[in-house]
Amino acid sequence: MFGRRRAVDAVDLTLSAGDCVALFGPNGAGKTTLLRLISGLLKPTKGTIRVGGQSLRDDASARGLLGLISHQSMLYAALTPRENVEFAARLYGVADPRSAATKALERMRIADRADAPVRSLSRGLQQRVSIARAIVHDPRVVLLDEPYTGLDAAGGAALTDMLSSLRTGGASLVLVTHNVEEGLAIATQAAVMLGGRIVRRDDARTIDQRVFQSDYRAMVLGAIDRANERVSVPA
Amino acid sequence: MTSVSRQDPRHGVGGKSVIGGFFVIAALAVAALYVRAILFTPLEAKQGAAQKIYYIHVPSAIGAYTAVTITALASLIYLWLKDERADRMAEASAEVGLVFMTMVLITGPLWAHKIWGAWWVWWDLRLTLSLFLWFVIVGYLVLRGAIEDPAMRGRYSAVLAVLGALLIPFIHLSVYFSMAHMHPDPVVLKPSEPSLPREMLITFLSGIGAFLLLCLALIQSRYRLSELKDEMAAVEAERGY
Amino acid sequence: MEARPPGTLSGALLIARKDLAIEFRTRTAFFSSLVFAVLALTIFYFTWDESIVTPNDRAPGVLWVVLTFSALLGLQRSFGIEEHDRGIDALLVSPISREAIYLGKAIGNLIFLCAVQTVAIPALALFYNMPVGRPLVVVSGIVFLAMVGIVAVGTLFSAMAVNTRLAELLLPMLSLPFFVPILMSAAQAAARVFAGRPVSEVGFLLKLLVAFDIVFIFACTLAFSFTLEE
Repeated sequence: MFGRRRAVDAVDLTLSAGDCVALFGPNGAGKTTLLRLISGLLKPTKGTIRVGGQSLRDDASARGLLGLISHQSMLYAALTPRENVEFAARLYGVADPRSAATKALERMRIADRADAPVRSLSRGLQQRVSIARAIVHDPRVVLLDEPYTGLDAAGGAALTDMLSSLRTGGASLVLVTHNVEEGLAIATQAAVMLGGRIVRRDDARTIDQRVFQSDYRAMVLGAIDRANERVSVPA
Repeated sequence: MTSVSRQDPRHGVGGKSVIGGFFVIAALAVAALYVRAILFTPLEAKQGAAQKIYYIHVPSAIGAYTAVTITALASLIYLWLKDERADRMAEASAEVGLVFMTMVLITGPLWAHKIWGAWWVWWDLRLTLSLFLWFVIVGYLVLRGAIEDPAMRGRYSAVLAVLGALLIPFIHLSVYFSMAHMHPDPVVLKPSEPSLPREMLITFLSGIGAFLLLCLALIQSRYRLSELKDEMAAVEAERGY
Repeated sequence: MEARPPGTLSGALLIARKDLAIEFRTRTAFFSSLVFAVLALTIFYFTWDESIVTPNDRAPGVLWVVLTFSALLGLQRSFGIEEHDRGIDALLVSPISREAIYLGKAIGNLIFLCAVQTVAIPALALFYNMPVGRPLVVVSGIVFLAMVGIVAVGTLFSAMAVNTRLAELLLPMLSLPFFVPILMSAAQAAARVFAGRPVSEVGFLLKLLVAFDIVFIFACTLAFSFTLEE
């Protein structure tokens, strides 16, 4: 709740190993808030988040199963990619943090720039480092907030490969994205969020992408019209 | 088109107004105090008319410290129960406390100048403590002003208030231990027996009473104002602004 | 392969090391503090008539001004780096405890301050021709006690201020009243030690300093969890 406004309302989401939920919705629908709730950055006013059977609120080690990729890089600009990812590995208690960091950087194809300060890298390359940092501890649940933003073709391919291998390894993904095509490509479930609620859920593997796309557009435009209507009520 | 119930905005939903009966009584009490202090209380032998500042200075201090205590307690309650009413009370009390504390800091030097010839005396425990508490209150209000989100604002300011309360004994002791050697004679009320003559004592004690009334009345009014503001914000949020 | 997240102390040290690595890489806060220290030393030297107030008498004052301002510089930076790209979110999402984050930041800040003072105090002794001996060592100890208190309170306020609109104003504004008991006790104690008084005479002041440190480390560690949870 933000003040009196419900940012996320009555969301019920369950994921199994290997699942990937693609979460679509316009800006302000509550998608980022939902991710922040799942990751533990925000505490819910009502309800619980459970990861791997453990309640996030009660058990700090449940957080060790999560990985978060958000709009901001969460990197330290003065340190190198290797140092950033190694620090993250140590935070999660990964055995042999140094080699885990190297492996993560290699998976995101950024190992060759691993020893220059992050601030010297372009936004797209920083994004790759950010992703490497998020998965270095082999998380069971990965939360991604529009991760394809800023990535070039090579970076995008590296990300898709990495997400597939994570899923094969049994991880669950929650992918927030505007890009219907990219989202449906790897998702097992597709959900649409409007005004804080999940208004539609589909099996992503069986739906027709074009139908979904036009339905989605209609939903979003309809929501904008309704919002405009509310604002113009005379005092 | 939704119908909006027309109400006098000054009275809010509950029908109570910001300036209540309590406030009027308190204001009258303070006015009565002034009349008595200026016209009907005898002059003090050594200090003359300037001594009458005492009737404002000490009651202001008592009002200020009462308000600050309320803020600290309300903040503790807020941290424990997360009830926004406690937050509102803490804020109202802090603002009133600031006003009273400012009075202390204005009347203090005026009085000090008359008695000791110096505008500021660092070794006066009450004055120094008041100065630094004044800073804490200002910091509290500036902090509140700098945060948009109500939940964060409540939490942060409550933490500051509780820490500020914790600070008081340390300021007191550090001033006492580091400055006490400079202190000439203690010019504080003796705790065992008030050494003021009867007439002055009555004025003094009623002064404390009047200021306390005023303090509580102001807090109540300020609280009510805060409540109305929040109610209005809720209505606006529902309308979708 | 079970990952075992670090406990509170190891987590804190991990974060402290990371902070110091960043500061070492950029060195901006460190050098700013040193430049300020030299500036303050110089100004204080020339602002008094030497025949009336000897350098020896002025020295204690400069010391505390330098300490306070370099502390504020370091503290400002402490959570500034976390806010810049939301590195703090990465810390909060990890299994590391909130207390570890607070302690780690505080320890990092303390070490930073010690580094600055390691240069500033000898510089002070040099420029002001202070006697180098037991008094200086005792005063260094007092300075350390003061730094612990400053860092305990300042780290918390730095974390709070960085989330607000007036971050640069709020950190010094909130910290000032809290620094007062620390500085008052420490400065008075140091002045007396410099003047040749025996350490036993400043016993009360030192005990007050230690009490402040203990109470506020405890209180601020607790308070920190409140300021982070949303």
